[in-house]
Amino acid sequence: MILGIDFPPITHVTRWPDIWFADTPFAINKTVLIFIASVLVTFLFFFVAGRRRQLVPTGVQGLAESSVDFVRESIILETIGADGMGYLPFLITMFFFVFFINIFEIIPLVQFPGNARIAVPLFLALLVWFIFNIVGIKRQGFFGFLKSSVVPPGVPVVILPLLVFIEFISTFLVRPFSLAIRLFANMLAGHLILVTFAILSAAIWGSAVYFKIGAAFPFALLVALTAFEILVSALQAFIFTILTGVYIGLSMHPEH
Amino acid sequence: MLDPVVLAAQGAGELQSGLTAVGRGIVYGGAAIGPGIGIGLVVGNAITAMARQPEAAGTVRTTMFLGIAFTEALALFGFVLSFIISG
Repeated sequence: MILGIDFPPITHVTRWPDIWFADTPFAINKTVLIFIASVLVTFLFFFVAGRRRQLVPTGVQGLAESSVDFVRESIILETIGADGMGYLPFLITMFFFVFFINIFEIIPLVQFPGNARIAVPLFLALLVWFIFNIVGIKRQGFFGFLKSSVVPPGVPVVILPLLVFIEFISTFLVRPFSLAIRLFANMLAGHLILVTFAILSAAIWGSAVYFKIGAAFPFALLVALTAFEILVSALQAFIFTILTGVYIGLSMHPEH
Repeated sequence: MLDPVVLAAQGAGELQSGLTAVGRGIVYGGAAIGPGIGIGLVVGNAITAMARQPEAAGTVRTTMFLGIAFTEALALFGFVLSFIISG
């Protein structure tokens, strides 16, 4: 019988049992280990790349340099401008941190994107919220920043109160929230899709002998979707970074 | 025997969980309509722009991903909300 597939509840595929320090605020489970591993991998990546610098970069150094070039050309120059180069270390670290957390989705035996729990996306979004507010207040002064954030230029006075209200909510409340939810929900959705097809393949494979051939279809889709998740991991890291750039850019150069 | 009141009294929990599942489906389905149309518009117009001006493809692609990200957020709100809803 293959029609009655028992799909696990959502907590079963996202919540991992504690490994160490169980039942304390410092409990460590698989998700925390993924975060720690991502911090270490991000650090080691740039440490190894910068340790023995060559004029003609090879290997890790080449990869790091081309990624720095990518962040500089297609994120900072596109969104902030030439005076935003000071944010390059922050943005590139964030790009790789988010990317490494995401890519654990497809690493065999781990197969869980740490960003499918909202902790790190929410923290990074709050960090971005503080940064673009502080940059804006520093660049334009408190009231100047508030004015440029909530008063769209060239709007009739009659509908201004309504627009100010909408802009205030969209800038200061929806921005960090959507930044966190976008990353979190994308990775959760990807994880659930992979889990669904893996369960489907396993269930069909475990059924009667003459049904086993049917497992080929969900398995082929599983492989294709795994490849798709690589794209999604990189794309979400890119989108998170470029939106950070856009928000910082709007704080530094308000629209007139 | 098929009196709705009796049925509701017998299987209140099942009825509730069933309706919760239906509600989740409606929430996500409804939330996906608008962003679906929106992403179609964004990508379609981006392709038009790239076809007309291939030399601007890089800029258009970056802006396209930004537009997709903003539009997609609404669908993802619905996706998350469908998990938050509980019976």
